[in-house]
Amino acid sequence: MPVPNNVAASMRKGSTVQKGTLPVAKSTKAASKKKDEEEGVDTGDGLDEWSGKALIKPPEQLELTEAELKEETTRILTANNPHAPQNIVRYSFKERSYKPTSVVDQMAVHFVLEGSLLHQDSDEARRLRAKEGLPEETPTVDTGTEPDEEKPETPATPIEDGGEEAGEEDRPDSVASKTDRKEPKVSNQFNFSERASQTLNNPLRERSCQTEPPPRSNFSDTVNQWEIYDAYVEELQQQEKNKEKQKAVASKNDNDKSKKKMVLMETQNDDISKVGKASKIFERMVNQNTFDDIAQDFKYFEDASDEFRDQEGTLLPLWKFQYDKAKRLSVTALCWNKKYQDLFAVGMGSYDFSKQGRGMLVYYSLKNSAFPEFIYPTDSGVLCLDIHQQHSYLVAVGFYDGCVAVYNLKEEGLEPLYKSTAKTGKHTDPVWQVRWQNDDMDNNHNFYSVSSDGRVVSWTLVKNELVFTDIIRLSLNGAVSDGPEGAEQPGIACGTSFDFHKQIDYLFLVGTEEGKIHKCSKTYSSQFLETYDAHSMAVDAVKWNHFHPKVFISCSSDWTVKIWDHAINTPMFTFDLKAAVGDVAWSPYSSTVFAAVTTDGTVHVFDLNINKYEPICHQQVVAKKKIKLTHIEFNPIYPILIVGDDRGYVSSLKLSPNLRKKPKCKKGQEQPKGSEVEIAKMEKLLSLLREPEQSTV
Amino acid sequence: MAHCFSQLTDSRAEVFGGETPRVGMAGTGEGKKEEADYKRLHSFPLIRHTDMPEEMRVETMELCVTACEKFATNNESAAKMIKESMDKKFGSSWHVVIGEGFGFEVTHEVKNLLYMFFGGSLAVCVWKCS
Repeated sequence: MPVPNNVAASMRKGSTVQKGTLPVAKSTKAASKKKDEEEGVDTGDGLDEWSGKALIKPPEQLELTEAELKEETTRILTANNPHAPQNIVRYSFKERSYKPTSVVDQMAVHFVLEGSLLHQDSDEARRLRAKEGLPEETPTVDTGTEPDEEKPETPATPIEDGGEEAGEEDRPDSVASKTDRKEPKVSNQFNFSERASQTLNNPLRERSCQTEPPPRSNFSDTVNQWEIYDAYVEELQQQEKNKEKQKAVASKNDNDKSKKKMVLMETQNDDISKVGKASKIFERMVNQNTFDDIAQDFKYFEDASDEFRDQEGTLLPLWKFQYDKAKRLSVTALCWNKKYQDLFAVGMGSYDFSKQGRGMLVYYSLKNSAFPEFIYPTDSGVLCLDIHQQHSYLVAVGFYDGCVAVYNLKEEGLEPLYKSTAKTGKHTDPVWQVRWQNDDMDNNHNFYSVSSDGRVVSWTLVKNELVFTDIIRLSLNGAVSDGPEGAEQPGIACGTSFDFHKQIDYLFLVGTEEGKIHKCSKTYSSQFLETYDAHSMAVDAVKWNHFHPKVFISCSSDWTVKIWDHAINTPMFTFDLKAAVGDVAWSPYSSTVFAAVTTDGTVHVFDLNINKYEPICHQQVVAKKKIKLTHIEFNPIYPILIVGDDRGYVSSLKLSPNLRKKPKCKKGQEQPKGSEVEIAKMEKLLSLLREPEQSTV
Repeated sequence: MAHCFSQLTDSRAEVFGGETPRVGMAGTGEGKKEEADYKRLHSFPLIRHTDMPEEMRVETMELCVTACEKFATNNESAAKMIKESMDKKFGSSWHVVIGEGFGFEVTHEVKNLLYMFFGGSLAVCVWKCS
């Protein structure tokens, strides 16, 4: 409390005698200076009032000698402002030159304070007092000022304090104003509020009015014994009816359930499956419409120019099959469905061992060339496939990774029905050919496979697994294979193709990578019946003639196709096709006709009956020279063949009349014999046999 | 009253219609057996009317069956048991009427009413209204 009062007093003093302030300050300064000097001289005296305090010297303070300390430095205050510039020039338009300005402002303002104090005896103060009309204040002030400057002030302020709030007292300006006009603090009469009560009070609410009563309703009934009885009787009747219904439906339900599940599954998979059948029919209709001319050609077109061409024939390209997702893959296998002659399977993979990857098994129908009927994507490239003769929904597939698998077209899903694993004797190298066999003694389906690992394996489909039996292990040294123990690693021959004799069940041929063809029997696992030194490169295909029991054909990448009598060690015919031969196929309608495809994109059709040296048709069927043909297959019924290339395309070609009719015409000449089909074939083959005999002898 | 009458005649007709074939089939001498049959057949709980949710309905029904079997001769005790259990399980206030013949008109909270027959001769009405 006293401090602000002192301040107030001094302030008032300042206001009253403004001129006196400066000298006072100066005098006090001078006094303190003197005292400082005295302390510097004799600190130990203890006479001084400040001597008790220890002097704290800043570390960087200069150490001065006594003489230096005693030396008086006088500073003279001048009215010149040292910061004021002396050389200001201004351009004078009158004299048209720069002139130094003589008058430079030398005043420096260090501190400005607007005073709000008035001398109480001044006129202004009196005027104010009269205006405000505060007569009671004046006596206290008057008494305070007159006797002494300071003393009466202190009692005066407590009186004021009692009337005022404590908070107001702390502010010096308010104090200053108070000392002038001693009026009580007047609160704002319009919207004054205590500081403590400025928070918002939530309005009170009654909770009970926030809920709605739960909804209610009325219910009424009458009960007596007959009502109860009636209800029970009715219920029982209802139950009986339901039971009958359920019984009737139950049998149906059982059948339907599986179907329903299937449908459900399908619908979950794809909404389009609901209209799957309809859309399929529609797709076929559209395709039939689009490719109407091709269909007409397929059915009715016979190349009229053949009559003038004597013996040679042509191939008419019909539909071309492709599937976008299989574009990068090459066709590695072709097989017609024996039951549905318009349907064929295509194996997709790659022959380039450095570009192995996924494969695909797709089914096309001649009725819809735009999109496959079935699609089975596989992890490894498909290398071969075979459709079962009787059960055309079963297809055996051989993969590049050595697996064999059986797909069932009837089953939903993309997974194979059976698949060989490392446990169940899968091949360690690519499987080059698979072939279904007749069912075994227990009516189990079974098929054979041949692989680069030198094994020929029989696979039997038993309930839910694939059981394997090694039939033969191929070896290089000599014709003898020593079974599992004797099979030394380098001695293994790599099988690349095989074929089973059409009539003699146990007899089969195996073509190898070394170019040899072995005639084997299912019963002798350690011995070859015969070995033919057939080719100088890998045997790509070896196939028995459809009619003649002794004749088979082989082809190889060494550009040659050779026809053999299995009883004779040397080939009957050798044809050089001037390019690696990918595949060869006997025609199903004549024992003397066969077709071969080469990597230069050409299809060669031979009829030995007509020309033993030259093909009767030699036609390039690919758009670009680069594209290689890989496989060829005759349709068993229609006069068309399909060829696959390494770009994933399958083309169907119609054989012109010369390629199929001429031999028939010749047959027609020998009709007495040819009336019976089998005999006709035999006749032809006999004549064929005679020819090789002549040629060999 | 008129309504009641018409129902009565209806039910009689049905009773009659329901019985004739049986009589024809089984002959007249086996009335007792038939009665036993009736009791056996009609012992299951039959829900006449309810607006309860499935879970609650099943629970309430089982409770009623238990109570009626436990107090086969004392409807009051059975009703008390049902009421108290229901109050505990689903909150107050439940009301229960059990009897062989009665008429009623009640106000109930929606989804809290069960009206069922049991044992071939009992009617149970359970509802909540607080």
